[in-house]
Amino acid sequence: MLEGTIPSRPVYGALEIRPGRLHLIVADAEGAEAILDLAASAPPDFFAGAQIIYLPKKSGDKFVAGLEQLAPAQLYVGPSYEAALPRLRRVLAGAHMGLQVYLAGTEGLMGQAMLEATQAGIPHSAIQAEHRGSTVRRVQCVHCKGITEDVTHDPFRCAHCGLHLFVRDHYSRRIAAFQGVRVDAEDPGNIPESVERFR
Amino acid sequence: MTVIFKEETFHDDFTFRNSPEAVKRFPFPFPEDSYMYSVNLEPHKSYRPGSVYERTFDVDEHYVSEMRDRARVLAEDPLRCQSLPHMTLAGWDLLELIMTSKAEEYPELFELHRDGTKWHWINRPLGIEQKFTFLDETTLPYGPMEYITRQTQGDFAVLDQRDDNLWMDAGMVTTQADWSLDFDIGMNFFEWHAPVPKAHEMGIFQRALKFLLNVQQGSPARRLNWTMTVYPLLDTSPENYHKWGVMKKDLTLENMGQMMHLRVELQTFFRLPRSNALVFPIRCYLIKLDELVTVPKWARRFHRVIRDLPTELATYKGFVTNRPKIVEWLSKYDDGAPTSPGIWPD
Amino acid sequence: MSAGAAKIPVTVAEVTPVNELVTRFKFVRRDGGPMPTFSGGAHTVVEMNDKDRVRRNPYSIMSDPADRGGYSISIRRDDNGRGGSLFMHRQVRPGMEMVISNPINLFALDLRARKHLLLAGGIGITPFLAQIKQLAGMNGNFELHYSVRTTSLASYADELAANYRPRVHLYHDDRGEQIDLPALLDGQPLGTHVYVCGPKGMIAWVRKTATALGWPREAVHHEEFLAPASGKPFEVMLARSNKMIQVGEHQSLLEAIEAAGVEAPYLCRGGACGQCETDVLEYEGTFLHKDHWLTPAQCASGTKIMPCVSRFEGKTLVLDR
Repeated sequence: MLEGTIPSRPVYGALEIRPGRLHLIVADAEGAEAILDLAASAPPDFFAGAQIIYLPKKSGDKFVAGLEQLAPAQLYVGPSYEAALPRLRRVLAGAHMGLQVYLAGTEGLMGQAMLEATQAGIPHSAIQAEHRGSTVRRVQCVHCKGITEDVTHDPFRCAHCGLHLFVRDHYSRRIAAFQGVRVDAEDPGNIPESVERFR
Repeated sequence: MTVIFKEETFHDDFTFRNSPEAVKRFPFPFPEDSYMYSVNLEPHKSYRPGSVYERTFDVDEHYVSEMRDRARVLAEDPLRCQSLPHMTLAGWDLLELIMTSKAEEYPELFELHRDGTKWHWINRPLGIEQKFTFLDETTLPYGPMEYITRQTQGDFAVLDQRDDNLWMDAGMVTTQADWSLDFDIGMNFFEWHAPVPKAHEMGIFQRALKFLLNVQQGSPARRLNWTMTVYPLLDTSPENYHKWGVMKKDLTLENMGQMMHLRVELQTFFRLPRSNALVFPIRCYLIKLDELVTVPKWARRFHRVIRDLPTELATYKGFVTNRPKIVEWLSKYDDGAPTSPGIWPD
Repeated sequence: MSAGAAKIPVTVAEVTPVNELVTRFKFVRRDGGPMPTFSGGAHTVVEMNDKDRVRRNPYSIMSDPADRGGYSISIRRDDNGRGGSLFMHRQVRPGMEMVISNPINLFALDLRARKHLLLAGGIGITPFLAQIKQLAGMNGNFELHYSVRTTSLASYADELAANYRPRVHLYHDDRGEQIDLPALLDGQPLGTHVYVCGPKGMIAWVRKTATALGWPREAVHHEEFLAPASGKPFEVMLARSNKMIQVGEHQSLLEAIEAAGVEAPYLCRGGACGQCETDVLEYEGTFLHKDHWLTPAQCASGTKIMPCVSRFEGKTLVLDR
């Protein structure tokens, strides 16, 4: 369970069934387990009104059969978030008020999907999110603005400008990323040992 | 009062100085010999002729040079000024507030002529003359918020009010105490204050938010905040931290008086009429320690405040490493005599 | 902070009967200057010097927010109310000098909305009149659904239909017409916000239906001014001012505090804004909480009261005021 440290750091709950006309579920990897848990409390017709966008990543086929068994109205299994994005945007563009959005899996995926949903007009506080699996972070370099995906170590090197950044808990929903700040700004070259903080 | 605008810089050769008159009107932020967070909000009413509290938007001797510095920062990084699409109306509200206040309070510097929605604005210090149609973005060279805040000292956060919270949805931020508009835009009141230590557990932000949500049209409020900066740098942004952070190492006991600056923010809050948004101007005033100690009361008090400040706050304000040196330097100006109440020189 | 928003001395410029129950009042500044611009949905608090008491009632400003010549409000006569609307209908004449407050908006448009769906019942039309003028002026996407008792009581319906016909939908109770709310809410595009102003029952119906259809709480806006309820008289000790005061049967606790010369903060005077929240130091008896502000836990705690609308029955009540 990820803990809230400062008020901008997102906290995640457990998905619950809410009333709605259409249920859009976006998940990656172990996020599938949150969907399967949700299914346990779902009314019989729930998945007939649900669309699932699922990105297995390293979990491979492990959860795909289980999701198929839920018989959702649509199940998309895709290779990456970038590949799924046009489809996600298409669903949101055609949706009406009463759409419920459920996100599950890694913070990077949930943050980016939440950004799409809020840009489509859903308040962020009305979107459910449940963290499962990896705690790797999406971090934006405050200096060059480049985003480094799947950050495991702190400090780490920005994939864009190469500065050594420490990872703050300060999080931007609009960028869907944590903030990275040069660790040796006041004493160039004095870089603390990098520690694996996120797995 | 005639203001003589100074030619000076806030980068490279750092020629910024305060005249003796500017020192006298500096908003020294400590009413007593110690400091702890407090909400410390009061009505923004005209107060003490000649002081920074006299006018709605204070224009001082640094105006022209500060505006030049803003243009320089924006040319380097346009992300310092952003407005989410729903905030354009608030931008017009802000433009109206600033233009009408300045034209009324500084008639020798600014003029505004209005004929319905046809407006004519003259800014003499910056040599700007603009005819435009109010509420028509196509008639201004920039969006309304950017246009007017390129001509007004201080940073501006424009806050949308909804769901019992305030949302930082637009801003012009080039003279900030180490926070990033580009990162924080879209956050609510608690989120953008998240990195501030201690104040959350003290309930400061709950109380401040409750107050700010109820700031009404025609009843603006203000408060002071402060930090310290090595070199007279207006732009202490996180974006450029890797450039200015290293400058802190240049500080020595010998150059302390010229290099170290107390940085005071005069924060004001106005309810905007059409958008119901709240604008939060954050005006930064810098003073060199050499200038500050010309007022004996301030010198004594500032020494005591810095010496006794809790470590978390010194860390957050970014001078914990240099604190021993600063305290040592200031101690020469503190003879232990009692100080009078209030912020003004004796 | 001083009590309430800043005040504007005004003259009553026009008193216009709209129909058998509703009268419109227009206020202009006594000094001839322009009124402050306001945002659609804002209200003003009108002070009424009614014999030996001062009433202060909030009314939505219905005029064009861009028109700085004056503010108009429309008031429905309530023959069984506490007397504010009767005072306005019976005593107020053109040329009279009155005091109103600067505009305060507790029912603002969410300017992020892709579409604004406005639902009005009866006199609840007033804030929407200003909002529609504001939205029309900025090419806003809106739709009004307005429910009235009868054609003759349909305040401003003709004007609305004439100016904004395809976007205005009228429903007459006496013809058995009713908003088909589930169908209306169901087809709205993402990013629609719904606003409701009208009788208590209508507000509850809209909020409940929207919730059941999966609408986010943040997209459902309502404005409901509560009139302070009358009730049994009671006695209150104001500890800080060291005064014992009596709250009359038709007087609110806030009014009684003000009548005793004690300054107390307020904005909406209708249980919504939270500004008058007051700490209870001691009590023996029962609170009659009527506001929309305190949480159930705060109500149960016996430590807070909203004196604009709530009352008390019992032996002792000591407030920190």
